[in-house]
Amino acid sequence: MSLPGPKPRSNLEELLEGIWKQNPVFIMMLGMCPTLAVSVSAVNALSMGLATGFVLSGSTLLVSLIRNIVPREVRIATYILIIATFVTVVDYLIQAISLAIYEALGAFIQLIVVNCIILGRAEAHAARNPPLRALLNALGMSMGFTIGLLALGAVREILGAGKLFGISLFGPDFQPWVVMMLPPGGFFVLGAWLLFFNWFNRRKTPVASDKPAQGHAHV
Amino acid sequence: MSSPLTELRTAPHVKRNLGVERIMSHVVLALLPIAAFAVWQYGLSALALIITVIASCLLTERLCNRLGGVASTLSDGSATITGLLLALTLPPAFPLWMGAVAGFMAIALGKALFGGLGFNVLNPALVGRAFVQAAFPAAITSWVPAYAPERFSAFVPTTWTLPFMTPPDISAWAKAAVDGFTGATPLARWKFENVLTSPIDFLSGAVTASAGETSAILILLCGLYLAARRFLDWRIPVAVLASAALTAWIFQLMDPVRYPDPLFALLSGGLVIGAMFMATDMVTSPVTPLGVWLYGVFIGVLTMMIRYFGGLTEGVMYAILFGNALAPLIDRLTPPRVFGHPRLWSRS
Repeated sequence: MSLPGPKPRSNLEELLEGIWKQNPVFIMMLGMCPTLAVSVSAVNALSMGLATGFVLSGSTLLVSLIRNIVPREVRIATYILIIATFVTVVDYLIQAISLAIYEALGAFIQLIVVNCIILGRAEAHAARNPPLRALLNALGMSMGFTIGLLALGAVREILGAGKLFGISLFGPDFQPWVVMMLPPGGFFVLGAWLLFFNWFNRRKTPVASDKPAQGHAHV
Repeated sequence: MSSPLTELRTAPHVKRNLGVERIMSHVVLALLPIAAFAVWQYGLSALALIITVIASCLLTERLCNRLGGVASTLSDGSATITGLLLALTLPPAFPLWMGAVAGFMAIALGKALFGGLGFNVLNPALVGRAFVQAAFPAAITSWVPAYAPERFSAFVPTTWTLPFMTPPDISAWAKAAVDGFTGATPLARWKFENVLTSPIDFLSGAVTASAGETSAILILLCGLYLAARRFLDWRIPVAVLASAALTAWIFQLMDPVRYPDPLFALLSGGLVIGAMFMATDMVTSPVTPLGVWLYGVFIGVLTMMIRYFGGLTEGVMYAILFGNALAPLIDRLTPPRVFGHPRLWSRS
């Protein structure tokens, strides 16, 4: 959330925020439904990330432009209408570009409209910031989301099929880990990445141990 | 400073010298005959598998200790037991690299993530097995014959499969090693071919099964030792085995052609080792006296339901994991009555 902090962020910080500090997948944990569902392969993850990024950037820009003329009472309906328009555009675009990817992603393209990152960004950021800053932030968020999806999709595709972007890595004798292609695999890999990010962030900033004392936790 | 003349302390004043380490070392001791029998039946491959899985568990435990910044917990022996139990539930010729994956998952996913020994919700060994069952469904149902003549001079071809590679097909090898080998467990033969394995084969261990589940008598003896030393709650195996046998008996009364006798239900699959060594895990089973009975009956009945009506041939693993997940709830519902308080269920 972009609370009014002590000093305003620079444009570069605005762009980078979504990639690392407020990464939608690993830090904010928004949009989990497409994250878990379509990340069975790197190609699917990349297309989903790009589609969501397009909708996010476009709708954020538009919301920011009209932020002063929309009455407060109907703002959510307005945002949803704008988002739905962009989703329709991206829906037809993907159909035109690659029918295979369209079929692989299935209903999750239309479901971008209810992706909480997009409405969340429109409400929390675009409605309060000028167009350039809103767009920069949305681009950063889109990249962060795409990176998050790719991180999941790559691991699941490597372990679940022995491939990356459809290219075989280990030869024909590879033993696929069936579970990685199933829904539990999505949770396992997401959990592993979250573990890694938390561990990494804690290492970087050594704070006082917030671990509960032994014997008092979860008894 | 001299020590004070009177030392003031609160009770207890008399303690039994019994910690986690001693209990665990007794459990390892009780499991060793079962492991030795598995090696006698299946030879070098089973031995290599047991060693690999234990090593994987110990390494993972140490790694998690380091990442968590706590002192090493290797010496408490719980990782050794997890590894040993896990290896005994796997097919004897399971590829070693998959065994290592199972060991890693057992400790990392089953125990360390929850906060280590005492905090885990599910039995770590079964978590490891459930993971490889979901990840490698073909390899975990590839069985080898017991008492193959060359078992002490050569490994089964699948054992040394290179990491991340598919194990080779061993049906031809197994047929050459032991005449008339079908490659199906007794439960699968009953379910799909309606052929019952004779109790004599079960007793001699000449059946197709996971490494450590063949000898019911040996497992019962080892479990009895632990129960006599009070390191496991005798009510759990009694409840599991009795309820499973009763369920089998009722079904046999209803349709004697289709359903096997209770003895077959008890001897086949992993029911006895599951009831003795996995359902009784102190961390993941209920503690109240009534709760323990409920938990055991639940596991026993659910096992038979999965066997008779499920798609899988064996249900002990999932039944115990389900029972583990229910254990906290069972404990909450069955608190012993506190003296002077009304019964829980008569309050309303």
